[in-house]
Amino acid sequence: MKILVCISRTADTTAKIAFTSNNTKFDEADVQFIINPYDEWYALVRALEMKEKDGATVQLISVGGPETDPLLRRGLSYGLDSAVRVNYSGSDPFRIASEIAAWVRGEGFDLILTGKETIDYNGSSVGGMIAALLGVPFISLATKLDLAGSRATVHREMEGGEEICEADLPLVVSCQKGVAEMRMPNIRGIQTARSKPFQVREPESGEELIQSLDFELPPAKAGVKLVPADQPEELVRLLHEEARVI
Amino acid sequence: MSVLVYVDQQDGKIKKAALEALSYGAAIGSQANLPVSALVAGQVPKEELDRLGSFGAGKVLHASNGELKSFDGAVHAALLKAAAAKENATVIVLSHNFHGKDIAPQLSVLLRAGLVTGVISLPDLSAEFTVKKSVFSGKAVARVKVISPVKILTLSPNSFPLTPSGKSAPVEKLEVALPASRVKVTSVEKESGAIPLPEAEIIVSGGRGMKGPENWGMLEALAQALGAATACSRPVADAGWRPHHEHVGQTGLTVRPNLYVALGISGAIQHLAGVNGSKVIVVINKDPEAPFFKAADYGLVGDIFQIVPALTQAVKKFKGE
Ligand SMILES: Cc1cc2nc3c(=O)[nH]c(=O)nc-3n(C[C@H](O)[C@H](O)[C@H](O)COP(=O)(O)OP(=O)(O)OC[C@H]3O[C@@H](n4cnc5c(N)ncnc54)[C@H](O)[C@@H]3O)c2cc1C
Repeated sequence: MKILVCISRTADTTAKIAFTSNNTKFDEADVQFIINPYDEWYALVRALEMKEKDGATVQLISVGGPETDPLLRRGLSYGLDSAVRVNYSGSDPFRIASEIAAWVRGEGFDLILTGKETIDYNGSSVGGMIAALLGVPFISLATKLDLAGSRATVHREMEGGEEICEADLPLVVSCQKGVAEMRMPNIRGIQTARSKPFQVREPESGEELIQSLDFELPPAKAGVKLVPADQPEELVRLLHEEARVI
Repeated sequence: MSVLVYVDQQDGKIKKAALEALSYGAAIGSQANLPVSALVAGQVPKEELDRLGSFGAGKVLHASNGELKSFDGAVHAALLKAAAAKENATVIVLSHNFHGKDIAPQLSVLLRAGLVTGVISLPDLSAEFTVKKSVFSGKAVARVKVISPVKILTLSPNSFPLTPSGKSAPVEKLEVALPASRVKVTSVEKESGAIPLPEAEIIVSGGRGMKGPENWGMLEALAQALGAATACSRPVADAGWRPHHEHVGQTGLTVRPNLYVALGISGAIQHLAGVNGSKVIVVINKDPEAPFFKAADYGLVGDIFQIVPALTQAVKKFKGE
């Protein structure tokens, strides 16, 4: 069983969101970068659980510049087998998916896991694109994932509940909460991460379909209007007459 | 050239998010002077199909192949590809919901068409084709240009108003050969009668301040009086007080209701990330320093165990019950 986990570098969840260069670039000053939480807590840890249980081989892949390397090393410190970085720094999801699909075509994987979306661009695009580029099935927004031989059983989220579905490998699954138990890398993992196989691959030349131009911050809130705690009727009146939401 | 909208349905009922996508697609149609067609996939009764003209469809295409039954986004993407070819579609709109997020990236590959997910406003056609999408979990907005000739957009729920016109549109059967579904749905676990969170216009949400699952009756009573769905903060779902699908925030669902009422939630930045697209936020918390008040429109400082039952009574009185 060969599993590929796709990880992305994102700003920490508490990072101050600001932009520079005429609002065309995210301001990275004083920002700490992390592995996108969906990729790390769910996709990566689920692959690790499968490695521990069934002896799967797990590789990490990230499409990004050299600044991504420490995060791939951090990913390896959970005890995974190897990592590859495709040296392309753009943000077009189709181009990123094309790079990953090209790698998969060469290496062959049974299962490809992504997080449900990145917390910066919120694209939720790359997983489905990889599946379509490879012509393999895609199951999105998984909350549980189990394998029996070459068949996967996946719980996926739907409006107000869940669907339980099955598909044959090879398969791409986008993961979210529920898929894996929370855990942290241990000392041994951290010590051995440095000696794990790590390669950098130059990108293929590929098409880009979208281009991010610039950013803006949403307008600031006017400020809270406090209603005395013993006057709930006043809140109802304001919600009806002023805010017009009930 | 035309606009094609994928109209999502569940159990034969058109979703609200789908009507929003259709209204949005219709607005692009009138902006660019293009005809608008709606594509519906699966078993849907005629009355439901007949509603779509009123939300801006000039024509309704209905496909009910057996392959569409067990949801496999790849099959729906193949259907959209066929419909797009038939209609010569240059703009394709889907809802940014569970199905839309699954189908759209696969369609993007099939058509080599640029995809912008989670858009929140109409595209600017004067500057080539640029559109705004929400990024950093609602903490910022990005302007994105679609370079390819065909453009695919998924619309954030609750970001475009519904404006029924009363018009009607012809329904055409769309018959195309589709690939077999490779994803087999074996069972569905759904809370019957509950309002699905992503579709809800009003949400009442509880945090650790609720103290325990035994106290949720109070929250549900308020939700029922308001006609609201219920949600929770992450520690509440982690502790098993509420099901995981109610967890909102950075690592849970992103919601954009008209009204979000937070009971005993501190308003950590990761929680706010999932709710700051709400039009109006009400916070009830006993700690006047709780960070949530900074993001709120209305606040009540006090004990939820006293305020919430009284508020429920006030809502009932207002609604004349
Ligand atoms: C990477 C990351 C991702 C995360 N993702 C999410 C996410 O998606 N969603 C999420 O919610 N959290 C998320 N968190 C957790 C988040 O940081 C907070 O810990 C969490 O939101 C706090 O939940 P809470 O407000 O329910 O609890 P608390 O922070 O404990 O707040 C409880 C509040 O209830 C009030 N209270 C207590 N008793 C009463 C009473 N009787 N009457 C009125 N008020 C009362 C208190 O004053 C307090 O403000 C994430 C954290 C990290 C690090």
